[in-house]
Amino acid sequence: MIKKEWMTVLSQKSIAKNIYELTLEGELVQEMNEPGRFVHLKVNGQMMPLLRRPISIASIDQANSRFTMIYRAEGEGTKLLAEKKAGDTVDVLGPLGNGFPIEEAQPGETAILVGGGIGVPPLYELSKRLNERGVKTIHVLGFQSANVAFYMEKFSELGETYAATVDGTLGTKGFVTDAIHQYNLQADILYSCGPVSMLKALEGLHLTKKGFISLEERMGCGIGACFACVCHTQNDPTGTEYRKVCSDGPVFPIGEVAL
Amino acid sequence: MSRLQTKLPGLTLKNPIMPASGCFGFGREFSGLYDLSVLGAIMIKATTEEPRFGNPTPRVAETPGGMLNAIGLQNPGLEKVVGNEIPWLSQFDVPIIANVAGSQVEDYVEVARTISKSEYVQALELNISCPNVKTGGIAFGTVPETAKHLTKKVKEVSDVPVYVKLSPNVSNIVEMAKAVEDGGADGLTMINTLLGMRIDLKTGKPILANRTGGLSGPAIKPVAIRMIYEVSQQTTLPIIGMGGISTVEDILEFYMAGASAVAVGTANFANPFICPELIEELDAYLIEHNIDHISDLTGRSWNKDGKRTYHCS
Repeated sequence: MIKKEWMTVLSQKSIAKNIYELTLEGELVQEMNEPGRFVHLKVNGQMMPLLRRPISIASIDQANSRFTMIYRAEGEGTKLLAEKKAGDTVDVLGPLGNGFPIEEAQPGETAILVGGGIGVPPLYELSKRLNERGVKTIHVLGFQSANVAFYMEKFSELGETYAATVDGTLGTKGFVTDAIHQYNLQADILYSCGPVSMLKALEGLHLTKKGFISLEERMGCGIGACFACVCHTQNDPTGTEYRKVCSDGPVFPIGEVAL
Repeated sequence: MSRLQTKLPGLTLKNPIMPASGCFGFGREFSGLYDLSVLGAIMIKATTEEPRFGNPTPRVAETPGGMLNAIGLQNPGLEKVVGNEIPWLSQFDVPIIANVAGSQVEDYVEVARTISKSEYVQALELNISCPNVKTGGIAFGTVPETAKHLTKKVKEVSDVPVYVKLSPNVSNIVEMAKAVEDGGADGLTMINTLLGMRIDLKTGKPILANRTGGLSGPAIKPVAIRMIYEVSQQTTLPIIGMGGISTVEDILEFYMAGASAVAVGTANFANPFICPELIEELDAYLIEHNIDHISDLTGRSWNKDGKRTYHCS
């Protein structure tokens, strides 16, 4: 169920250039039942910025009623969020959207988790849950450069982890697809989150029979009412079919939405 | 909450607070958050004869104290709205105001005729003010004679009262209001969004794929207040006021300007529970300040010689 709660900041730290890890505590965590969903944050009680900010959930600790987000401080809202300190409160609406279906991966199978930039965070909780389920995970994480890379070690604890950077400062020089080719990575199922160009390239690889991708889009309400974040579906001759990224997604089976 | 009960043409409202069209879909999403029956009414998303996908994305951009949107009247079309959405919404004890849109007079007439015959629709809101479609919409809302003609044609076929939603993108709002009054409108809703634009400094191009969009939110409230103040003293039509409402104080200001009910739009995005919260808070405010009825505030700001012939109690 979607709830709105003033949650308390437990910790916030910079983990790479302009990348922050923020942990919040509150009852709303009990509603977080699957990886890949997101929360919608109001960073202050003011009229600027007016709208909420959608941020994905990176890890969930229900026993302690806390969850962690990783975000890039880039715009007005996220820069204000980066100023929050332990003890401060944040207005959180969530959890929103539909997450990654972990039941699609069977115990004993191998899942390849491919993330790009700020699309990496939701894959962390996903990987933890897949491993708990007995699914082997391979991680391929793409970043612009080594100075904005994060969580390489944390992912390594869960399975083989490869990096790709555009400037070659970490791992394979190039994109995640280059790393996949270089190491000839194979898997039964793909889960991915990142920029559309990356998702499109992955879709074209036909690496696995099954795959699920998570999209990002500018959002208004975050709950499906405002129609700000719609996308077309594939194979729709009428052109009027659509999916809302916020409430039908953000996770879709590969092939469902037009990228 | 009898101090909030409000009667308007075709509408008996438990309270005068309703979500504005385009900010609430057809109610399905919000129904998961609270009981929609607490609302005064619901203004459902604009309906056109045929399904519309709307504009490409990005469709929204934030601005100081507001937002730009260029959704482009995305909706599933008349048949599905009348066949699925409205009957679904009828499970709640809340009046439905259907927003009617089109590209030409014939479209509006067809949508109005069909949708007004739904047993669940209490009133129409004629959308002559959408700034985000190439044809229709605002084109009907900026020329008085055209607006009057369209209002007349829609009135001829509608089984329920017709409220006309005015565009603020005109130099003389009173002239527009009088024109639709002459056309037979039963009420006004105002204001729709103000046409605006933002440019992405990295690309040098407009942020919205549609280039321009409608500005809403607290930033436009003073424009709405001014226009309602002017129009309410020059027509006898009741006004449902909207434009940046997010607090009880905003509602009081709209009433004092001349509104007889209010709609909440953009604020639903920042706080999806805003409507029920405002309903509770408004009632508490009236009790605390010994105000017998919310309508006592309507037009409190008017000039002494300002006329007022409409009574909404």
